[in-house]
Amino acid sequence: MKKTIKLLFASALVFAATIAQAQTADDIINKYFEATGGAAKWAEVKSVKMIAKGKQGGMEFPITSLQKAPNLMKQTINFQGKDITITAFDGKEMWKTSFMTMKAEKGEAEDSENAAKSLDFPDPFLDYKAKGYSVALEGEEKVEGTDCYKVKLTKKPIKVDGKEEEDFSYYFFDKENGVIIMNRSVGKKGQMKDVAVETLMSDYQEVNGLFFPFTVSQKINGQVAFTMAMEKLEMNVAIDNKEFAFPID
Amino acid sequence: MRLFFIPYTMKISTLFSLLFCLNLGVFAQEALPIKGDEIFGSMRARHIGPALMSGRITDIEGHPTNNKVLYVGAAGGGVWKTGDGGVTFNPIFEKHTQSIGAVTVDPKNPDQVVWVGTGEIWTRNSVTIGDGIYKTSDGGQNWTNMGLANSERISSIKVNPNNTNEVFVGVLGALWSDSQDRGVYKTSDGGKTWEKLFYINATTGCSDLVMDPKNPSIMYASFWEFRRTAYSFSSGGENSALYKTTDGGKTWNKIHNGFPTGKLGRIAIAAAPSNPNILYSVIESEKDTDKGLYRSDDAGASWKRTNGDFGLVVRPFYFSRIVIDPKNPDIVLKAGLNGSLSRDGGKTFKDIGGGIHADVHDFWFDLHDSNRIYLCDDGGFYRSYDGGSIWDMSKGLPISQFYQVAVDNQTPFKVYGGLQDNGSWIGPSSKPGGIENRDWISVGAGDGFRTFPHPKDPNIVYSEMQGAENIWRINLEKNSAKTIKPFPEANDPKFRFNWNTPITTSPHNPDRLYVGSQFLHKSDDRGETWVKISPDLTTNDPAKQQQENSGGLSMDNSGAENHCTIFAINESPLDQNIIWIGTDDGNVQLTQDGGKTWTNVTANTPNLPKNTWAYFIEPSSFDKNTAYAVFTGYTSGDFKPYVYKTTDAGKTWKSIVSPDVKSFARNIKEDYKNPNLLFLGTEGGLYVTIDGGQNWSQFKNNMPPVAVHWIALHPTEDALVMATHGRGVIIVDDISPLRQLTKEIIAKDLHFFTTKPTKMAESGAFGGYARMGEFVGENPSSMAQIVYFLKSRHTFGKMSLEIFDQNDKKIADLAPGKSKGINYVDWNYSLKPPKVAKGKTLVFGGFQGPTVLPGTYKIKVTKGAKTYESNLNLIANPKSIHTAEDRKVQFETAMKLFNMSEELGYVVDQIDTYKTKIDSISPKLTTAKLKKQFPLTDIAGKMQTLKETLVVLKGDNYVGAAEPQLREKISGLYGEVLSYTGRPTNAQLSSMKVLEEKLNAAKSQMEGFKASLDKLAPAMVKAKMPELKVRSFEEYKAAEN
Repeated sequence: MKKTIKLLFASALVFAATIAQAQTADDIINKYFEATGGAAKWAEVKSVKMIAKGKQGGMEFPITSLQKAPNLMKQTINFQGKDITITAFDGKEMWKTSFMTMKAEKGEAEDSENAAKSLDFPDPFLDYKAKGYSVALEGEEKVEGTDCYKVKLTKKPIKVDGKEEEDFSYYFFDKENGVIIMNRSVGKKGQMKDVAVETLMSDYQEVNGLFFPFTVSQKINGQVAFTMAMEKLEMNVAIDNKEFAFPID
Repeated sequence: MRLFFIPYTMKISTLFSLLFCLNLGVFAQEALPIKGDEIFGSMRARHIGPALMSGRITDIEGHPTNNKVLYVGAAGGGVWKTGDGGVTFNPIFEKHTQSIGAVTVDPKNPDQVVWVGTGEIWTRNSVTIGDGIYKTSDGGQNWTNMGLANSERISSIKVNPNNTNEVFVGVLGALWSDSQDRGVYKTSDGGKTWEKLFYINATTGCSDLVMDPKNPSIMYASFWEFRRTAYSFSSGGENSALYKTTDGGKTWNKIHNGFPTGKLGRIAIAAAPSNPNILYSVIESEKDTDKGLYRSDDAGASWKRTNGDFGLVVRPFYFSRIVIDPKNPDIVLKAGLNGSLSRDGGKTFKDIGGGIHADVHDFWFDLHDSNRIYLCDDGGFYRSYDGGSIWDMSKGLPISQFYQVAVDNQTPFKVYGGLQDNGSWIGPSSKPGGIENRDWISVGAGDGFRTFPHPKDPNIVYSEMQGAENIWRINLEKNSAKTIKPFPEANDPKFRFNWNTPITTSPHNPDRLYVGSQFLHKSDDRGETWVKISPDLTTNDPAKQQQENSGGLSMDNSGAENHCTIFAINESPLDQNIIWIGTDDGNVQLTQDGGKTWTNVTANTPNLPKNTWAYFIEPSSFDKNTAYAVFTGYTSGDFKPYVYKTTDAGKTWKSIVSPDVKSFARNIKEDYKNPNLLFLGTEGGLYVTIDGGQNWSQFKNNMPPVAVHWIALHPTEDALVMATHGRGVIIVDDISPLRQLTKEIIAKDLHFFTTKPTKMAESGAFGGYARMGEFVGENPSSMAQIVYFLKSRHTFGKMSLEIFDQNDKKIADLAPGKSKGINYVDWNYSLKPPKVAKGKTLVFGGFQGPTVLPGTYKIKVTKGAKTYESNLNLIANPKSIHTAEDRKVQFETAMKLFNMSEELGYVVDQIDTYKTKIDSISPKLTTAKLKKQFPLTDIAGKMQTLKETLVVLKGDNYVGAAEPQLREKISGLYGEVLSYTGRPTNAQLSSMKVLEEKLNAAKSQMEGFKASLDKLAPAMVKAKMPELKVRSFEEYKAAEN
């Protein structure tokens, strides 16, 4: 906790010193990394395992989230003692558990191809240029009553129903402390097409010198649809690639 | 209020009295140093539509290559996009002016760049105003105002397809005043800077701009001389004309060869996409014999009149739009009362208006199939698949244009209101499954305006149509409507009724009804007999009563320009003899003796231009001599807000509007409990003050800056209900936290607001049958709400919100709100669900917890090292059919089944644990002797047989489901009991007993197995086998799995 306060204090000072100066998107991103532990330290993160509580529509359930560089991921919830994978990517294919059969099923090929292009770990802004992304400062906006810088992050184009589309979303950096408190993206296909989803980050806490948002919630049309509160976060634990692979019965 | 400057000549005594006034007067409340989002936090509005009648749409625009993408620009309801050919729509212009003139998609970058010109161009009396041109570069997620701020109405936007930074804009301009901001504008840098290319004069604007489909240097611009006042409309003049440029707008020439001579009115123009030499133009002229459709086959060099039918000449100000088939230059659509279609190059037309609302404004042809046509009118958006014979309406555009809204005292309360050209309606404020289009009841025809419920009799409702042509008293139960308008008596002059005639009920006498003409009419018997209780309260200026001459070149005497009429009537809630009147020609009149004597109290309204429309008068519910008056000057081109308060019965008025309010105001509502809390309905959305008008904050949470024509505040539910003129009815459910805000509270890190006890919802109803594309209005939260104020957003460190019961036992963990400002957290007042036995499938009962009993619950927020506590009261719904005893039986039954689920789960958990352990030991039992001494496999086998009767071990969660076992039966019964908040049935109660016996039998069987295993334990220890230990019931319950 002491360290937390020190770091926060330091980041607040950095911000106070630069508050009057014109900001560029890179300034904002650099400060974000400074405020959350430093880009070099972020680059050392090779895997993260999180145990969390999910809340949705009055229900509460445990979530296990595994992420591994460069882009492997799996999120599993547990209902009544049964593990149900909500989404997983093994580097090539997306898959999830069917609620009807409780068996794994593969996602649409296009989604897998898109995931290979757009998923990254541990942070999309880390070495974003090397990844072929671009950023732009798009002014300021208030998020939950708080002044933020609004940065547009554009990744490589993805395919939507067979047609190539730009892949971008907006990140909101708290002007006061530099951390990201919201991401806004728009649904690309299906019933979520053109619907804005806002992902809010809060409860930032320090783990091994890095700050992670321990609570992440999603709002649709201003209403909280889902909240995930981290209970335990481990970094650089060994996770076998088999964990992410499509299970074969 | 701060005294920045005190003139040295001011006498000390004056200064003292001034200070004294300040102390007791309008600004008794201390100004609060926070605004906007910092106050409102997560307080948000919900939209209930409806969309069944939809609303007026100005413009339809398609994508140049993707025929499924279309944009709809609504007259007062913003921009909507469909990506599926009109099945579903999303609003994409939520932060900006909702009045739209034109939408244009960039031809080169159509997925990203779209232009929107604001300000409706079909210039009826009820149009609102725009504030310039907007551009998005990310497909509509974000928009930037690119200027032309004073354009008021933009008719057309044309993008040069060869250089999309070059954009040409037709600005129609101001409707009610002279303006230099008219004509054709051009940007060469994507909207950063603008150049006025072509201008006629301050009364003549560009009503249509067309670019040659093949050559962007060629453009056609029609210019229209027009003007509206509060009491007249004029279309046409010497300056109306059609121009052509062939050099990209540098020079313009009239192309009237073959046109009518004399004054012209509004001119529509279109060029055939498949043959740019073919042009069509619809012309409003002086003589009926030369009005109508003209065609040119030589790019405007000469014109021939082809048709003058009604559909081509009707109301040019409202219908000047021609759309040509992209493939066939002879197929032409013309907007109109019904809409017309020609297949022979404009010679003959058929009406296409079967099954659609009247007043068609625009069309769009599908890119690939010209028989697929889209249309918009005063009642929404339609699709035809057969070339315009049969039309299918979108039920997903809640852009309804209410003029007024009222609420009743039913539970849930109902809303009442009238709409532009779409009648009058009643709808519920909540409904199981959401408020659907079919939940609305029609209670009036024509244009609907003021609609009020009888204050006591839920079967009676009053409604009206334009100009009081009808005022109805409707009996909802008997399905009857009686016309009850007042008539002039022998010595009376003709009654003058406003287009939007004021009618209102009384807070004192439930059978009283008021109607305003130039006189105030009162009825104390529900409209059967009327007494005139005032002289003419207007200015009665004959110059403003020439409606039969209104319209200009085309007569337009619809009643919309009726003037010198009463517009606002309100009886004081504190004294039935006090009645406030506002007139459209600027009078505020007051009687304090029930109409015997009247005083014109307009004089002392500082800085108010003479004859400014007294739009709304709100008598205070705190003090008889206090009232609020809202004036609007837009009908003379004055867009400033005028909001005043009197505390001396109108002798003096003080302005209570601050520079925070950005557009003109129509309506104000005083809170019933805190006189410093006021709500202001403006042309640009809702504004709120919590300090008596010193500071105003725009409310933006799910609330677009749409015109708010009326605000009702529900007296017991504290719901703010808004009649918007473009986005239907919008409700902010509980404004009570705003009442409580003080300087002390906003200085605290966290403050819990006092909330009303939550009336617990009664479950068990069905609803929700809308299908894809149909709009469904959002329900209010039925949950208990924990409401608190946070001084700053919670971003770092832990924050939690827990609920405790009367025994201090934690019963719920909620996700706390973290916004700066007011936060709402919903609690479904349920316990956590029971742990259920692990099986192959999932059971529904494992997802639901029992609803707690009414009572007081403790809330604890932990934020970092600090904790904050408050209480929350749950009460049974007073209208419930269930007794407290019923609820208790239900809760106890649910808890019993809850515990049974967990006990069963524990039996299965033990079986699973033993099985795992025995499976690891059994390979070591290699000899027959050992097997006999330790019959573990045998016991495990018996346990498995038992387990098969306890829980489903095969099948899936759908039709592959296996026969239910004990877990499924307990869970099923548990779910049934939870689904009804009253007493369970006797059958359910006896079924529970049967299941309980089965559970007990299973438990004792399990005890038997355990006893057998316990007997073996000492020998197993000797044989150095692992211990067969299982976790306790408490450990099982506490574990995640």
